[in-house]
Amino acid sequence: MVACTRCTRAWPLGTPECGRCGAKLVSRDEHSLQKVWALWVVGLMCYVPANVYPMLKTKQLFTVDESTIIGGAVELAHHGAFGIAAIILVASVVIPLGKFWAVAFLAVSVRQRGGFTSHRRLLMYEVVEYIGRWSMIDIFVVAILSALVQLKGLATISPGPAAFFFALSVIFTMLSAQAFDPRMIWDAQDNDNEAPDHG
Amino acid sequence: MFREDGISRGPLEGLIVCPVCDATYQLQRPKNGERAVCTRCHKVLIAPRRKAGMQIIAVAVAVVVLITAASVFPFLEISAAGRSNAVSIIDAALSFTQGPMLVLALMTAGFILFVPLVRMLLTLYVLIPVVLDRPPARHAIRAFRWAEAMRPWSMAEIFALGCAVALVKVAGLATVSFGPAFWMFGALVVLVIVHDSFLCKWSVWNSLEHPKER
Repeated sequence: MVACTRCTRAWPLGTPECGRCGAKLVSRDEHSLQKVWALWVVGLMCYVPANVYPMLKTKQLFTVDESTIIGGAVELAHHGAFGIAAIILVASVVIPLGKFWAVAFLAVSVRQRGGFTSHRRLLMYEVVEYIGRWSMIDIFVVAILSALVQLKGLATISPGPAAFFFALSVIFTMLSAQAFDPRMIWDAQDNDNEAPDHG
Repeated sequence: MFREDGISRGPLEGLIVCPVCDATYQLQRPKNGERAVCTRCHKVLIAPRRKAGMQIIAVAVAVVVLITAASVFPFLEISAAGRSNAVSIIDAALSFTQGPMLVLALMTAGFILFVPLVRMLLTLYVLIPVVLDRPPARHAIRAFRWAEAMRPWSMAEIFALGCAVALVKVAGLATVSFGPAFWMFGALVVLVIVHDSFLCKWSVWNSLEHPKER
């Protein structure tokens, strides 16, 4: 028997396509891990220039100020806006790095047995899937700022190349997390026999 | 509702399989307001609500109107030393306009406005015939599939938080005032969340497969 992961309908093994919603049916997506790793690497590759190049270029009267993601957050903290600095740091440094680690951990752990139980790993997967999108916040901040702060002669803000790479990085890591087949978590459990409860 | 004529359709018809962990259950429809939850991984499988269809349609119509209005009206206005600049959401999204940044502009506009709008239109297209007890619209299955695939890419609520951050960043530089679109966008974010929590995927797939026995 093979199940449709989109609409939960069950079909006899070997059915190529779900008759209800048209999704391709595979018992386990064998290329899942390959896709996860490929997208993961691209995401990581984009994340490096995103932190090296400037994210924002601020022109005030005669000075031009270019700040990277981390530089901008540090500057905010200097001005006393600790809350906002924390949001930026969490959204664009902690979450992406945590995501890279979590996806890699999940992809490795379905092959080898790890110290975590399946439930912990599933929780991790759900958190990664839910939270990944929130990294886009930095891109939106840059978009709003560079549209809004266009006061000729006084101050103008324009986006730097890092914005482009950062957006790509977020998109690729989201795709990477989506490519992961969570059913593999439970296969690892079945092999380990750590909890023989077949619902 | 399935038990009576279950024999005429294959035995697999009466099963539901958790998409997250592959645990298999005998299908038993929960009553309205109740939820069917996977015992192994706690994924919510079915969560029907009374008159959910009509409510979702109402919410989706409201969101479509709000997105259209919010993208045209001024969103934020900034002023310092006698100069001022008012922007709409479209301006904000399309602010990346040099070279490869254009791709980024289109993506931003897509995530904030286009994806939520298309999702709502597709939902309306799928649900209106179902709620009116008509046969499903043509390509309704494909439409609902796309609507579901777009769900993670609809980022209106993230943009809303982004606004808050941007406001604090600008606050020291100039005075910022809110335009009408700002409040529309706020309402829109809430409505999108309501829409997502009312929508039971299984119920929609089921009613597309068996239009009469809703």
